[in-house]
Amino acid sequence: MKRILSLTAIITLTVAIAACSSGVKLNDVPVENRAPVATAPGGTGDASGVTGRDVAPVLIGATDPSLAGPPGAARVIYFDYDSFVIKPEAQGTVEAHARFLSANKARKLVIEGSTDERGGREYNLALGQKRAEAVRRALGLLGATDAQVEAVSFGEEKPAATGADEDAFAKNRRAEFNYR
Amino acid sequence: MIAGLGSLALFPATWAQFRVEVSGVGLTQLPIAIAAFRGDAQSPQKIAAIVQADLERSGQFRAVDASGNPLDESSRPDLTVWRQRAADSLLTGSVTRLADGRYDVRCRLWDVVRGQDLGGQSYVVPQSDLRLSAHRIADFVYEKLTGEKGVFSTRIAYVTKAGTRYNLWVADSDGEGAQSALASPEPIISPSWSPNGAQLAYVSFESRKPVIYAHDVASGKRRLLANFRGSNSAPAWSPDGNQLVATLSRDGGSQLYAIAAAGGEPRRLTQSASIDTEPAYSPDGRFIYFVSDRGGSPQIYRMGASGSNVERVTFTGSYNISPAISPDGRWLAYISRLGGAFKLHVMELGKGTAVAITDTNGDESPSFAPNSRLIVYGTQQQGREALLTTTLDGKIKARLTGSSGDIREPDWGPFQR
Repeated sequence: MKRILSLTAIITLTVAIAACSSGVKLNDVPVENRAPVATAPGGTGDASGVTGRDVAPVLIGATDPSLAGPPGAARVIYFDYDSFVIKPEAQGTVEAHARFLSANKARKLVIEGSTDERGGREYNLALGQKRAEAVRRALGLLGATDAQVEAVSFGEEKPAATGADEDAFAKNRRAEFNYR
Repeated sequence: MIAGLGSLALFPATWAQFRVEVSGVGLTQLPIAIAAFRGDAQSPQKIAAIVQADLERSGQFRAVDASGNPLDESSRPDLTVWRQRAADSLLTGSVTRLADGRYDVRCRLWDVVRGQDLGGQSYVVPQSDLRLSAHRIADFVYEKLTGEKGVFSTRIAYVTKAGTRYNLWVADSDGEGAQSALASPEPIISPSWSPNGAQLAYVSFESRKPVIYAHDVASGKRRLLANFRGSNSAPAWSPDGNQLVATLSRDGGSQLYAIAAAGGEPRRLTQSASIDTEPAYSPDGRFIYFVSDRGGSPQIYRMGASGSNVERVTFTGSYNISPAISPDGRWLAYISRLGGAFKLHVMELGKGTAVAITDTNGDESPSFAPNSRLIVYGTQQQGREALLTTTLDGKIKARLTGSSGDIREPDWGPFQR
């Protein structure tokens, strides 16, 4: 039974991944952790009947459920041009992550700041850092500890949307919440 | 205007790689005739064409028609012919494949006006070094005729992005002969040559955050130089090679720190609540130029190498970034935003006046040649990222090719010993 369940889980995951990879432009997919993740370990906690022939499949690209953040909370917030101010509409997202972090002190979050493509690469890296730091400070004020949150920057190097118009720029001026 | 069209028919394959644009008036360029090297037709690298493109790219030379009877380094040319063509100098030479597969490359330089033999050079090289031998001949000619060292045999590092692949390349100064030093699925930015030309420091995103590596180019061995909490970026070597200055956010906010080249605990140099980044040492090692938004907009500042006595350097414009200091200490190159355009500017440091020297709008990352006579920079051309070299007055520009995809983040290496 356990075996069947875990197989179902694998199929579901696979279908989910396949769904992700179709119809969505790669550039529109938020940056996510691509570390290989072991899935559905067969006989966890139950040694009876183990014959040594179990295979624990590894799905590259799957998201480890233990790395999930607050359910339902957005993983990205957006900024105005040349601004590091967390907008009122992003406040709820920041609060949800802060609540989650203070309730789960063992969890760690990386804030990844980004800019649009205009301007120098290094200066944009510093601007993205400023956005990430703004979110880190806000989380700290709301109860997350320093050790839980790291602020890093991708500058203009990992755009969420390509294109040289304001629509793309607006999607790229952002901070992403990545639990690791 | 495209210079040197006369040689198009002779060297179509190689010539197609170079486009030297000449603009402006009042140029004083030395007219030189570069005869086809005996054996060029059979050689995998066309030596005369490479030498000519090098010399033209420098802005100091103008190629004159060199067609006619075959010549090589042992010929005694009739110099009256070359005087009539208004050449001041004539280069002859040969390239010969030896029995062991190596090539013997020889040249001789003539002063046409005085009727003097100015000497020759000869190199025995494997096929892979044929281009290098051509660059060394160009260096020889350049030094003989201008009295300054040439930079043609130096190397340039740059980054390409093709699809989702990033490559860090080490190439000849003309962008050709590129060899990959690092291939990665994640971005690479800000390569920086160590002063002895053996190592590249750069920023890699391979661990899902920017960290700084130092990479020995010959062996491929690399080591993490800065992987502190937060972001690590913008490495710049001190002229003695003993330490680097970099931007770290380990204490919150992007600030400048000095790190020993051997690694170790960083020493904080700036103490501001604003962005301090893009450090660049003055060639004497006494100052560090950098970018800060402490005055409200990004401007270029400089401070003593230990972080004292900060003073502002740029005063016009609301966005001045990416400072580079010429190795002779006379010039500051940087990028300034004018309207929505990002333009390469050159300022004479003693005078403080800056001039925009390009007609492109997306200039980035200037870096000086080791003889301070040329700048390599990134820009946008026909919707692609490209590298160009320019003379400091902006009058002679050449596009470097050699790699497909978007080419960016150039850093010009030092003189080779």
